[in-house]
Amino acid sequence: MIETINTSVIDWSRAQFALTAIYHWLFVPLTLGLGIVQAIMETIYYKTGNEFWKKTAQFWMKIFGINFAIGVATGLILEFEFGTNWSNYSWFVGDIFGAPLAIEGILAFFMEATFIAVMFFGWNKVSKGFHLASTWLTILGATISAFWILVANAWMQYPAGMHFNPETVRNEMASFWEVALSPVALNKFFHTVLSGWIIGGMFVVGIASWFLLKKRDVKFALESIKIGAIFGIVASVLSIWTGDGSAHQVAQRQPMKLAAMEGLYEGREGAGLVGIGLLNPAKEQYNDGKDPFLFKIEIPRMLSFFAERDMDAYVPGIANIIEGGYPQKDGTVALSAEEKIARGKQAIQALADYRSATSDSAKQQAQAALDEHFRYFGYGYLKKPSDLIPSVGLTFYAFRVMVILGGFLLLLFAAVAYLSYKNKFETKRWLQWTCFISIFLAIIAGQAGWVVAEVGRQPWAIQDILPVSAAISNLSASSVQITFFIFLALFTVLLLAELKIMINAIKKGPN
Amino acid sequence: MQKGLFITRIFRFYLDGFRNMTVGKTLWLIILIKLFVMFAILKVFFFPDYLGKFDRQSDKQEYVSDELIRRATNP
Repeated sequence: MIETINTSVIDWSRAQFALTAIYHWLFVPLTLGLGIVQAIMETIYYKTGNEFWKKTAQFWMKIFGINFAIGVATGLILEFEFGTNWSNYSWFVGDIFGAPLAIEGILAFFMEATFIAVMFFGWNKVSKGFHLASTWLTILGATISAFWILVANAWMQYPAGMHFNPETVRNEMASFWEVALSPVALNKFFHTVLSGWIIGGMFVVGIASWFLLKKRDVKFALESIKIGAIFGIVASVLSIWTGDGSAHQVAQRQPMKLAAMEGLYEGREGAGLVGIGLLNPAKEQYNDGKDPFLFKIEIPRMLSFFAERDMDAYVPGIANIIEGGYPQKDGTVALSAEEKIARGKQAIQALADYRSATSDSAKQQAQAALDEHFRYFGYGYLKKPSDLIPSVGLTFYAFRVMVILGGFLLLLFAAVAYLSYKNKFETKRWLQWTCFISIFLAIIAGQAGWVVAEVGRQPWAIQDILPVSAAISNLSASSVQITFFIFLALFTVLLLAELKIMINAIKKGPN
Repeated sequence: MQKGLFITRIFRFYLDGFRNMTVGKTLWLIILIKLFVMFAILKVFFFPDYLGKFDRQSDKQEYVSDELIRRATNP
């Protein structure tokens, strides 16, 4: 029997998950970034004893608190969605996904919750040293919390350290450390947290610039800008480094995502990196022979370097990944998508055989077949090879939005830091406006990064193992539509509430 | 005795902290409303555990395996 699932359920469920994640990601990076900035300011207060720095740190701490309070628990809705919309996935991933989330909930959350009380209530009640330690431990707890969430996400991009048990129909953890310390997880953690630091730095510079535009609290604004800009430069430079690491990891583990990021249909040695380009909307099939670009400006051989650390290395394109036949680094020849689909079907058949087996020998035989082909399990759900191709347009443009805005923000931080230390920033009103507007650009850059990561890995819920069409629950599209719009309304109200409270707090200023 | 005093001090620390909140009171109200909406409305009426309809683990295993096998285009 062939069971089909309504694609609109998948689309609405994905849209709902994206909406929730995007909303959640408005708060998280600001917590991570602003938390460090306020801790640096309090450290200066601790070192100097200057009350100015205490007031400055307290102002940013209040903004941090508003953001933290409105954002708290918004991530829990994602877990609701796993249980309802993605129940096959939730069962299938078993303890692999549950363990990092449980650690996050127990360890990091309680660490945050304990020390955040001292941070907010403890001024003048505990020693300066203990208060400073609590401030740093609060942000450390938030960062550890982010680590475990990103470990779980990284496992979906690069499933490692597990073994599939056909008896329980679950993936069981074989190596905790392979899951927690996979190269994808570590790189994702640093790159994502650094993007939060950039947003935090830009927020401080942008809001402080607003004070300069209003010609009030000038000393507070200028000193905040100096710290925010330096912090932003450090985060941006480190982010370039981890971004390079991300591109390398994607090339090794998710070559289709890399090809989509670059609009690369035909692979080649010494592949160039597209700096800017306009995709050809007339290109509808990977093998229709049409040029994928209306125009593009390439940096010669740079994609090969990013992907393989070799400027002459071969980088496969979308057509190559589907048709296979190119030599891989391990000396094997890449399988075609057709072959992977066939092996995936064998794996699913082996699962079916195992479940219906009545003797131990039959089970062992099925288990052996399943183990042999399990790495292609998810391919058995694909109807045709082109189902492997994510949205090239969205992935390609989102990647460029992230990179171009990231580059712009680095230049802006550098210009602001230079002018601030030369005491020339106060008169540059156009730059102050640019900084204020750039708060939104930093947020957009962060969101675009997630679009690249998540849209680029479609159709997979778990890379190569489970596509979204198999991960989804058997729900009606209308029920998901209803909850989508409920969320939209709820999130909009909460966002407006945050903005109103935050704007009022900012207007009051540090004094 | 010492332990009791320590607990009392912590209690007063939190009590004073909450009493002296300004913006925090509004934030707590928002947090409580949000948690109520999430757990008492959304979770109960809109986001039930899909596999919660099965009482036994073995039934859940059976259901998911059937789903995974049947959804393949040509198993």
